[in-house]
Amino acid sequence: MAGEDKLVKLKIDNVYKEYQGRNGKTVALNGVNLDIMENEFICVVGPSGCGKSTLLNIIAGLLEPTSGAAYLDGKQIEGTGVERGVVFQQYALFPWRTVIKNVMFGLEMKKTPKEEAEKIARKYIEAVGLKGFENAYPKELSGGMKQRVAIARAYAANPEVLLLDEPFGALDAQTRVQLQTELLNTWEQEKKTCFFITHDVDEAIILAQRVIIMSARPGRIKRIVNIDIPYPRTQETKSDARFLELKAEIWNEVYQEFLEVKK
Amino acid sequence: MSDETTKKKKKAAINDKVWLLISLCAALIVWYLLSLGKATGRSFPFVHKVLPAVGTMNERGVFWKDIQSSMLCVAAGFGLGFITALPIAFLMAWYTPVQKIIEPWINFIRNIPALAYAPLLVITFGVGQKPAIILIWICTFMTMSITIYQGIKNIDVTLIKAARVLGANDFDIFMKIICPATVPFIITAIRLGLSAALTTLLAAESTGAQAGIGMRIRSLSNSFESAPMLMYIILLGIIGLILVKVIDIIERKLTGWQEKIS
Repeated sequence: MAGEDKLVKLKIDNVYKEYQGRNGKTVALNGVNLDIMENEFICVVGPSGCGKSTLLNIIAGLLEPTSGAAYLDGKQIEGTGVERGVVFQQYALFPWRTVIKNVMFGLEMKKTPKEEAEKIARKYIEAVGLKGFENAYPKELSGGMKQRVAIARAYAANPEVLLLDEPFGALDAQTRVQLQTELLNTWEQEKKTCFFITHDVDEAIILAQRVIIMSARPGRIKRIVNIDIPYPRTQETKSDARFLELKAEIWNEVYQEFLEVKK
Repeated sequence: MSDETTKKKKKAAINDKVWLLISLCAALIVWYLLSLGKATGRSFPFVHKVLPAVGTMNERGVFWKDIQSSMLCVAAGFGLGFITALPIAFLMAWYTPVQKIIEPWINFIRNIPALAYAPLLVITFGVGQKPAIILIWICTFMTMSITIYQGIKNIDVTLIKAARVLGANDFDIFMKIICPATVPFIITAIRLGLSAALTTLLAAESTGAQAGIGMRIRSLSNSFESAPMLMYIILLGIIGLILVKVIDIIERKLTGWQEKIS
């Protein structure tokens, strides 16, 4: 994947992160190095507590590494920035804003003229299949619909990199599969760099070009697996021989880490 | 909305009104029974004696004056309480030292009945409406500042993070996230504050007020006039109910977006 003609979009350089807790310090990340290419779709899998969310938060600029740094286009990341959009597991929609007002939030911050902002917002609301729900409040939507709004909101702000923190983790199996397909379609159209965290191995393989397997406590990259299944991928891909092979391989690695955590 | 759900809603609305009527009738029956008792009858004369008390007090030229005086104390005390509680609550949420110093004071004073320190206020501020307003101010301030502070503290941090990654600065976050997210708590604070204002009215008007519902109840109790006394007590309850209704309407307008457990 790391072809020479491709540009490194995100560089994670020897990132180390520790937390000062009540029972002393915990090392969340211990020397993580990773190059993510332009337009690449990366999935990170690992047992809970392996620091994958910490890594995402560092890239987002919501957390600072204790040492080491993350770079976007060669520039060190300091604080949040609109070029890095985030989709959270808990949707994080503003409950007092309607769907369209939620999607317009990032544009509002950019001081985009209202008419233009509305046009852009409508486009993305339609893209996530929520046409007709523009004026609904989040409380009137199902979990899947809420996450669609959150994805539209992230896209509308036009980031270069999309960071997704277990975005489908709280959804039921059917909705999850549906949103995976939709996300893949959008990615193929918009070709934004995606950094996607999940604990679902199937999800990681169906989406990613490379799957990063993280080891637990302290978190570090254990292995990187290239997913050599061509796009477009569909749900049928899941019965592919190659898919099953990769799944067994990745599962095995993740399971070992899971056992480590249990110890 | 489909026709059927509209119908269902209407049906539910009628049912609620019927229930209210039943509740009212039951209260009247209990009241009537109390008025029959030999001992209880002295304290609880029935409607036909209580209602004319409005006229009696009006003839004495105090009825409207009492309402006016009390409402002025409640409005002024509550108003002062609200405009001071709001910034203090935000300061407490923002700067830990402010919270660490002020919160213990509030928790300490809150458990002392207002009646206990009312005389102290009279010593400083003299008799009349001034100490009454200050007393209501203190009580409403304590209830409201703590409630609003808790509300700000409980704002979902993911919302702030989500706003930040979408390009919001500190000012945007205050105006577009903290403020709207705090509105439901401010309304709860107003509800509790008004209730605190009404319940401290009696203590407030024990400070040598010239008129007022609380002061009148006290003075009527000295002359054992139970009918007008009961009338004033019921009046206090009615005022409370009206205020609650007004807040309900405001709440529905401002926080319709909120998810409710029903």
